[in-house]
Amino acid sequence: MTALTMAKALNEGLRKAMEDDPKVLIMGEDVGKLGGVFRVTDGLQKDFGEDRVIDTPLAESGIIGTAVGLAIRGYRPVCEIQFDGFVFPGFDQIVSQVAKMYNRSAGLVRMPITIRIPFGGGIGAVEHHSESPEAYFAHTAGLKVVACSNPSDAYWMIQQSIASDDPIVFFEPKRRYHAAKSELDPEPYPLHQARVVRPGRDVTLLAYGPMVAMALESAAAAAEDGRELEVIDLRSISPLDMPSVIESVERTGRLIVVHEAPHSFGVGAEIAARVQEQAFYSLEAPVLRVSGYDTPYPPSRLENEWLPNIDRILDAVEQSLGY
Amino acid sequence: MTEHVRAVQPEPDMVQLLTPEGQRVEHPDYPLDITDEQIAALYRDLVLVRRIDTEAIALQRQGELGLWASLLGQEAAQVGAGRALRKHDMAFPTYREHGVAWCRDVDPMSLLGLFRGTNLGGFNPHEHNFNMYTIVIGAQTLHATGYAMGVVRDGAVGTGDPERDTAVLAFFGDGASSQGDVNEAFVFAAAGNLPVVFFCQNNQWAISEPVTTQSRVPLYKRASGFGFPGMRIDGNDVLASLAVTRKALDDARNAQGPTLIEAFTYRMNPHTTNDDTRRYRLGSEAETWKLKDPIARVKAYLLREAKISADFFTDLEQESKRLAEHIRAGCRALPDPTPESVFEHVHVDMPNELREQRDDFAAFVSSIEEVSA
Repeated sequence: MTALTMAKALNEGLRKAMEDDPKVLIMGEDVGKLGGVFRVTDGLQKDFGEDRVIDTPLAESGIIGTAVGLAIRGYRPVCEIQFDGFVFPGFDQIVSQVAKMYNRSAGLVRMPITIRIPFGGGIGAVEHHSESPEAYFAHTAGLKVVACSNPSDAYWMIQQSIASDDPIVFFEPKRRYHAAKSELDPEPYPLHQARVVRPGRDVTLLAYGPMVAMALESAAAAAEDGRELEVIDLRSISPLDMPSVIESVERTGRLIVVHEAPHSFGVGAEIAARVQEQAFYSLEAPVLRVSGYDTPYPPSRLENEWLPNIDRILDAVEQSLGY
Repeated sequence: MTEHVRAVQPEPDMVQLLTPEGQRVEHPDYPLDITDEQIAALYRDLVLVRRIDTEAIALQRQGELGLWASLLGQEAAQVGAGRALRKHDMAFPTYREHGVAWCRDVDPMSLLGLFRGTNLGGFNPHEHNFNMYTIVIGAQTLHATGYAMGVVRDGAVGTGDPERDTAVLAFFGDGASSQGDVNEAFVFAAAGNLPVVFFCQNNQWAISEPVTTQSRVPLYKRASGFGFPGMRIDGNDVLASLAVTRKALDDARNAQGPTLIEAFTYRMNPHTTNDDTRRYRLGSEAETWKLKDPIARVKAYLLREAKISADFFTDLEQESKRLAEHIRAGCRALPDPTPESVFEHVHVDMPNELREQRDDFAAFVSSIEEVSA
């Protein structure tokens, strides 16, 4: 198989899901003729028709709310939210309806809905186009939240998410869409399982989505100084694969969580809490977070400094080792 | 008559087929071919639905329910719309559509769990083609619209086969008409020419806010801006509700697209059992609406115009009493949720971390029970 970009891998994954199940629909803004603003749905309307790849009115609550109705009718909608910062008009439908319908109906009404959200910064965009809202959704019972970091995971995870009978918020790191190409793994990896993407013994770096590549670059740089950093790609934000995280922390004794999302009340905070509950005596240093700051996303001229980068990650590594 | 009372007078273009005095009148656009026996059957629905409401209020007063949202005054709007549905049509209610639930063969007892706090649903939406109650105002209009998108994709519209063609009925209120979701539903339904009927019960009050807080124009006129027909009916006239909803559902099934129906009615009771109308509206207003009672006018018709026997009314009274007993006994017999049950049906595929929380919670609760035993 030829190497693919993440955008193309997602496109292939969506195509496969639509071929496998005629109930799979794609709906969103500009997903049809245009193929989405990132071209992730390129060519799908041409091949599957306007009834299955639906250009919706520009209303995010409408996209999610009608997906709920389609799911009740037996469909399996895949909603595209054009940018992370545009998901909030649909927030009520996601947290009050999509997340709760199965529970309220005592298991009689399923919501097999996938909500795709391009997220994160680093592309020089204007405001509302670079946000990382994953913690809002991970905080909501009934939702599952995943983030892919590379083309192969993108290809497999989007299919697994669509096949899931639970609603899944699917985060795609937009700065990786057209970055490096890679080959697809022949088999899928379990959707809600984390994966060690670089083994090491000194410090564990835990990242997901766009920060996996940054963590790997940081580990490569640290190796030049003789530091062996282990990098884990979390992949699933909710549920969390804590056994994989704990296994690593028990070996390294040191953990740094890296995410673009703001510092406080986020995924890093949750992981830090669980690690001290589950592996207190293995820790040689406090769990550290390298993250965005507790500010609105900055003007893009400042984003490379505001976002976690190699320097900030290596600085945290030194802090951790200094305890 | 005061100024305030005049504000609730019907508009001249409001569809009415049975006057408050019980006189049948014709409307050129909505001929209704209906027998006296069928009108008597609607009367039975109205009486029993009101009895459900009365019993539920009493149960709340006795502490058996935490809350109840009364439909008093809105029986005709709901029964007319509910009886216009065919079995395979789908309806999406708010939390006040007890009358529609009745028409969809939902056991009224199973509506009570939500208000008693024993469950969050209580009936199977697929079995009755009647979705769960929706409390977030207006959210269900989008669900109805999406369901209608599915109907179109299933090829279940405009085929001419009455067993196949399907319509969707979305309920909401005057307050919800301000919600973005309702307006987005109108946009999606219009753009997709979808088989959905929007049924707005304008009961004049969104808790304490009069309809003038929501709109400067009659609500049914909103539809024209979205590009589909809207009409106002006398919401206290079960025959108007039946005829107009039936026509709108037929249009929907025949691929003629959406319709907005504004049922002009009145919430005779407080918003819920926790509300106090004395803080925001005059008692004289309800007195005026009592003269337009949805049940009294049908009874007047049946007594005066139809040859309905006196046995019908005594039998119905007995049936109503049996229904009340069923509701009272059923309510008290609703099982309390177990600690473990709150973790069930959060996900189809339960994550391990939730399974651990469930086991911890169950063990903790049972350890407390052992100590107190």
